Amino acid sequence: MRYTFLLYTDPADLAGMTPEDWAAEKEVYGAYIGALQKAGVFVDTDWLQPVETATTLSLKGGSRQVQDGPFADTKETLGGFFIIDVPDLDAALAWAEKCPAAKTGKVEIRASAMGSV
Amino acid sequence: MTDPARAAELAARDSYGRLLALLSARTHDIALAEDALADAFAKALDHWPLRGIPGNPDAWLLTTARNRLTDWQRKQLRFPGESEIPDMAEDDSANDALPDQRLSLLLVCAHPAIASDLHVPLMLQTVLGIDARTIARLFLISPAALAKRLVRAKAKIRDAGIPFEIPEGTALTERSASLLEALYALHAHDWLDPVDNLGEEALYLADLSSRLMTENPEALGLAALIAFSHARAGARTIGGTLVPTGEQDVSLWRDDLIAYGKRQLTRAYGKSAVGRFQIEAAIESIHVARKETGQTDWQALNKLYFALQQLAPSAGGLVAQAVVTGRLHGPAAGLGALDIAEAQTGTGFQPLWAARADLNAGLGNRETASRCYEKAMSLATDLPTINLLRARLAELQ
Repeated sequence: MRYTFLLYTDPADLAGMTPEDWAAEKEVYGAYIGALQKAGVFVDTDWLQPVETATTLSLKGGSRQVQDGPFADTKETLGGFFIIDVPDLDAALAWAEKCPAAKTGKVEIRASAMGSV
Repeated sequence: MTDPARAAELAARDSYGRLLALLSARTHDIALAEDALADAFAKALDHWPLRGIPGNPDAWLLTTARNRLTDWQRKQLRFPGESEIPDMAEDDSANDALPDQRLSLLLVCAHPAIASDLHVPLMLQTVLGIDARTIARLFLISPAALAKRLVRAKAKIRDAGIPFEIPEGTALTERSASLLEALYALHAHDWLDPVDNLGEEALYLADLSSRLMTENPEALGLAALIAFSHARAGARTIGGTLVPTGEQDVSLWRDDLIAYGKRQLTRAYGKSAVGRFQIEAAIESIHVARKETGQTDWQALNKLYFALQQLAPSAGGLVAQAVVTGRLHGPAAGLGALDIAEAQTGTGFQPLWAARADLNAGLGNRETASRCYEKAMSLATDLPTINLLRARLAELQ
């Protein structure tokens, strides 16, 4: 089953980073991606631009509303995601525990609903 | 990195930790002490090639760093002044070892008022001088987030007045328990790559702690435990596949570390105060005894695991005990013990499924064993373990 990890981290953790800092950051996530790939469970991942760059669109209620900024204003924001393919939630949890974002933020684990409809 | 290379690097780090402990005990400001020491090392690189290496390099570095600290303090008080560089090239103090205040620094790093997940990174950074980026890479933590947390922890140590004095009596017992817990966490860390880990560093810090706390049987027990475990490091994987303890090639186990572990454990027993780390070390000593006797004393292991579960219950201990039950009373009895264990470990505990698979394979239940190996594989996150389980599964088919 496919599971998506939504990575919520505090953007303040990444404030004032130099190119070397970014390289170190990528190296850590690269090691995690490598482990997922070696285990044959990796599907996709992305690292998102900071939340200030978000644009939120809604057609709910009949009118087109475009908002500059995120849907919800929270301290920890969605910074990226992973999609992995593992048999069950136990396995998804085992991998989420190893995710760097879990150590300093939160990882929300959501199973894919595509197979169930 | 090979063990001898790592050992040599650790010897060089020995002075770093000693110097930083002395400097931070004086200022209670670890970050400032680190800056002063970095400055002293930079000055050494400038001056030693020209003036010769001083008779006692550590004393030179300490004096230079102290002068730097004094200089900064003067600046804060708006006194002008330039820090002096000591002229100690010809001094004869080479044999005067600096006092060792690293226990004080270790206890500060593992103080209960500091978030426990920062204890190990703080110790690695201050006592061994390992940079935050390397620590972040090994522990799979965001380097930027870790760096910020370390800065905040050091500011708290300074501003909250965490004492650098070594406490006495029960206070020392509590503080040292927190330190030993942190060292155990470093030893037992679930590395993504079981080969590229900090086993050498864990052994170094445990040995150091046991030498600084010679009267603490648990410090001695922990040093023994880590030494026994590290003695088997070279036999733990073959061609990228994990080898279980009972199947490891004993000729690859290190005799020097086994002998060291035995000495430490004997000294610990002499204190007549049993504890969790001594029991875990005793369990390891039974496993490493196979090198001499060619056998594993399962009865002794059974008693020790029982005692361990009384003192420090853990999911891992429970599963290990069930495996011993399987050895002593047959696979069916082992499986029964695992079913009971599952109530506590939950269904997401990889060793539970690996043990269940092995026992079912022993009973000839190939289908159940296959399912259990597959479940165990889905829960394993490191390649050597996945490879072992895959090989076991292939043997069934």
